[in-house]
Amino acid sequence: MKTGVCIFLAAFVALGASWCGFVLAPVLQLGGAKQTVILQSTDNWPLQRTGEATLGLQVYRANGCAACHTEQVRQTGMADEVTLTGLGIRKPEDFSAFAKSLFVLPELANFTNAIAASLNGWSGELPKTLFITGDNDLASAMADRLKAAGVKSETRLIATGADIARGWGLRQSVAADYLYDQPVQLGSLRAGPDLANIGVRAPDANWQLQHLYAPKSVAPNSTMPSFKFLFEVRKIGATPAPDALNLPKEFAAAAGFEIVPKPEAKQLAAYLLSLKANVPLYEAPFTPVTVAK
Amino acid sequence: MNPTENKSSCTNAIDASLRVPLLALFSGAAVWLVVGLVLGLIAGIKFHAPEFLACCPLLTYGHVAPAANDAVLYGFCIPAALGVTLWIFARLSQNPLALPLVPVVAANLWHLGVFIGTAGILLGGSTGHTWLEYPRAAAVILFAAFLLIAVSAAATFGWRREQNLYPSHWFLFAALLWFPWIYSTANLFLNSNQAPRGVVQPIIGWWFANNLVFVWLALMGVGIAFYFLPKIAGRPLASSGYALFGFLTLIFFGTWCGIPQGAPVPAWLPTLSSVAAVLTIIPLLAILIVTAKTICCARVSCMGGSFCFLRFGMMSFIVSGILYVATACPQYSRILEFTWFGAAQTQLQLLGFAAMILFGAIYELMPSVMGKPLPLPKFAKLHFWLTIVGILLFVVPLAIAGVEQGGKLADASIPFADVNSAALKFLPISTTGQLLILLGAILFAANIFVMTIQWKLGIAKTVIAYIKSPLETSEVKS
Repeated sequence: MKTGVCIFLAAFVALGASWCGFVLAPVLQLGGAKQTVILQSTDNWPLQRTGEATLGLQVYRANGCAACHTEQVRQTGMADEVTLTGLGIRKPEDFSAFAKSLFVLPELANFTNAIAASLNGWSGELPKTLFITGDNDLASAMADRLKAAGVKSETRLIATGADIARGWGLRQSVAADYLYDQPVQLGSLRAGPDLANIGVRAPDANWQLQHLYAPKSVAPNSTMPSFKFLFEVRKIGATPAPDALNLPKEFAAAAGFEIVPKPEAKQLAAYLLSLKANVPLYEAPFTPVTVAK
Repeated sequence: MNPTENKSSCTNAIDASLRVPLLALFSGAAVWLVVGLVLGLIAGIKFHAPEFLACCPLLTYGHVAPAANDAVLYGFCIPAALGVTLWIFARLSQNPLALPLVPVVAANLWHLGVFIGTAGILLGGSTGHTWLEYPRAAAVILFAAFLLIAVSAAATFGWRREQNLYPSHWFLFAALLWFPWIYSTANLFLNSNQAPRGVVQPIIGWWFANNLVFVWLALMGVGIAFYFLPKIAGRPLASSGYALFGFLTLIFFGTWCGIPQGAPVPAWLPTLSSVAAVLTIIPLLAILIVTAKTICCARVSCMGGSFCFLRFGMMSFIVSGILYVATACPQYSRILEFTWFGAAQTQLQLLGFAAMILFGAIYELMPSVMGKPLPLPKFAKLHFWLTIVGILLFVVPLAIAGVEQGGKLADASIPFADVNSAALKFLPISTTGQLLILLGAILFAANIFVMTIQWKLGIAKTVIAYIKSPLETSEVKS
């Protein structure tokens, strides 16, 4: 390090190497990404947002929602979920007795408590989740035994992890999910819940608008500030506006006035409803729930 | 290693050449520091009272939180670090500042850029990328201003009379190259009309954020500390071999950190980043050894003086570096990702490390630049104590809150509202810490402003005296 040229070269090579690695390589690898196909289907994923939802992403960006919310579901692994879907000629009590007779099997040793607890007080509602295991062979062995016993069962592949268990998504978020986000708003702090799947969790636009206007009116413990400035307080005209919020008394406007969402609020709600992470993809597979019989 | 500069007419000329540029850089920086900390305090209060200032769309949490961070980093850390760099380069070159007018223009341009950027964020013009929130207009101005200052610094470096290079040179010179490169890359990719699709955006964003907040601040802070610590301790930098090793490993490993472990990107990216983060322990250790060996036996009674600031800054650097490495380890990241822990690490890096080093450097160099002692020396001491107590109160509860929040977030049987309230109970302490840091910053700003006003009054007096003075007879005759 005797001359300025040496320092320059060292710094140039060091930063240049990481530029090639973390800027150039990702652009080459992912820059041309296209829609993928949903697993066991011919539908494409993700879909381009509607115009209103695309504008809503800009409202989300402008208000810095990503300062408190992430849009990324994490999972820790995969597991098989064995679900009882039909009892055939058997009665629930018979089945419980049968299931308990299986507890002597050594491979079920780790699951006896869970199965016993799930069958306790069960009166025959279907589908009934029996147990969840990370062991593929055990799941199929169990399915065989249930079949031999004359009851119907279904083994589903599910994602596991706290985010999944909280209902924040059915699988982890993957790169493909963000294809049409401009800018991508991953977020880095969960001062509020994750929003990657909010469009599935709270699919009602009116709920979203009411939550934006008065968060505590729908979630009493919420620490989210009210986004009142996305709404307009108007004097009720000859007829009430069709899109006026229907608020509980303590949050409602004064008598003779109504609260109407501005276009920004509607766009933001449309964007939130467009956030979904509920389809299986090649890199994040799971078995979708089929309609229960 | 640093030269023992003789307080000679040459040194006086060097200091005089820096007076105007440094006042321009530092006075703006002091303002932005206070503004940034006030915005940060507002953001903090909003967690105790979500409805606080909710009526004002400009001051929602999503606006003030990024504006506060950016005002501290872009408004204070960068111009202050550039000012100190100019002074160190001039002193080490044994030559007055080259192109002294350029940094004055650039300083004003820079602060204009920060103003436009801050206003842009508050008005909803944020780009939505962390640490790159400033809208395009501000980014262009900041880039141009940085280049101008870098040109002046490079010219001072190129026209040096003292040919030897010192460890500070490596770090500061690299930092001057770093910023234009990462800032232009990030803006051209993310802040353009043709931004890349999908997750390429956050990948480039993480690369930029890591290179700015971790590597750039480390280069600047350590470079400045490696100049002032030996100077104040009155002994050479302990081992320039270790310093060189630390410098090279920092720029070769540190640049690959920053991709979160759970990121929804191809797995090679976080894996590589995690390996790099573990290797980053090497430069941290090397820098720790150099610092410890240089200051361990130094008999400097600092009691709130520059030396204290610098020492605390270097300790924060090591701790914040270790926290940074910890968050890159997959088993910790699973718990700590998406929690307050990341904010704690960032704030320690920003305020505990970078700002403390800069305070120490500015308190040390301003008296010689202005040619008179600090106008309010007691404020400087009080500033030190307020800031260290403030930083500990700010960062430690935030880190604990992060661990608490992460642990509860990983247990799905705990409802989210309980997770949130478990973390929020630590935040009042953090907000108190922010308040103390803000009070300290006001004292710092007071010192800088009294200095500026004294200097302006001095100029005014000289001008008035010159106007009033009777013409010399010789001039009348001719």
